[in-house]
Amino acid sequence: MTTPLKFIEWPSPTVDGGTRNEAALAFDGGRAMRLLVIPPLFEEANKLRHLLVEALRRLDASGIDSFMPDLPGCNESRAHLAEQTLDGWRTATAEAAGHFRASAVLTVRGGALLRPTGLPGWDYAPQDGPKVLRSMMRARIISTKEAGHPETREEIEAKGRTEGIALAGWQIGPEMFAALETAELPPPETGVIVLDQETIGGRPLWLRAEPDFDAAQADALAAVIAIAMRDSA
Amino acid sequence: MTAQVSPQSDETGPARSKIDSTLRAILRDVLGLSEERAAELTPDSGLFGHLPELDSQAVADLLTEMEDRFDIIIEDDEVDGDHLETYGGLLALAEAKTVTS
Repeated sequence: MTTPLKFIEWPSPTVDGGTRNEAALAFDGGRAMRLLVIPPLFEEANKLRHLLVEALRRLDASGIDSFMPDLPGCNESRAHLAEQTLDGWRTATAEAAGHFRASAVLTVRGGALLRPTGLPGWDYAPQDGPKVLRSMMRARIISTKEAGHPETREEIEAKGRTEGIALAGWQIGPEMFAALETAELPPPETGVIVLDQETIGGRPLWLRAEPDFDAAQADALAAVIAIAMRDSA
Repeated sequence: MTAQVSPQSDETGPARSKIDSTLRAILRDVLGLSEERAAELTPDSGLFGHLPELDSQAVADLLTEMEDRFDIIIEDDEVDGDHLETYGGLLALAEAKTVTS
């Protein structure tokens, strides 16, 4: 039996201490095994969304509920991305874990920076903050060079730290920029397993210039998670 | 761990054929090419400015992936348009960096 995919709203904490409804993609059958998915940051979230949704469909068929909330300022969110902070996102994902009564967490790429503590799960090809920024800054350097008004990395960093900056179309505020510059992956935690691309097989989809999908990778990702969640249930 | 040293290897870095095959594999992943299509890339094959899907972000990701797979650091001022325009240009960049690093 399968559960319909639904977009639901949940009260996500805001920086001023209130809440704002944010969307989450959910397969919620009220079951005991409940997976929170923390997507990659920025453009990689788009590139991997198809894979993740298909993996969640497979988990649903294996009796596992799943919840993939939008990060505030991303996707359907009405919040401004430029106003978001890394700590704000961490608070939101920690709240989401409680709200959705998650029993495990899957983080993907830079989403590992937002992993809530105290839950078992997986970090798929985790990426630290400097690596998240590296490609985005490089894209801006290349495009400004192409446009005939080149900017140096130092200029981009200075602007990013003081007033924030648009990188590859993503408005990154100064706090977010500074936090990403030094954000390290969370320390290894009991029950949290790092999944590398070799485990999933195929080619890393975040590298594809045009978003792509690979059903075999969705099968592999879902299988790793389903087997472990059933064994520990 | 056993070290497998190919005849072409020397102390200046990996063999040219290894650099070439790794770079083809990266382009295969970035552009979603088949093995056959990736093998057909020639030094003159056009890249940045020739393939619409290869925008500045895709090129940036490509360079970052080269850094990771070749274990090199590519400085911003080391990359010029010629390096990105063709496969041969990109290969020359990879070879220059892996020999000096």
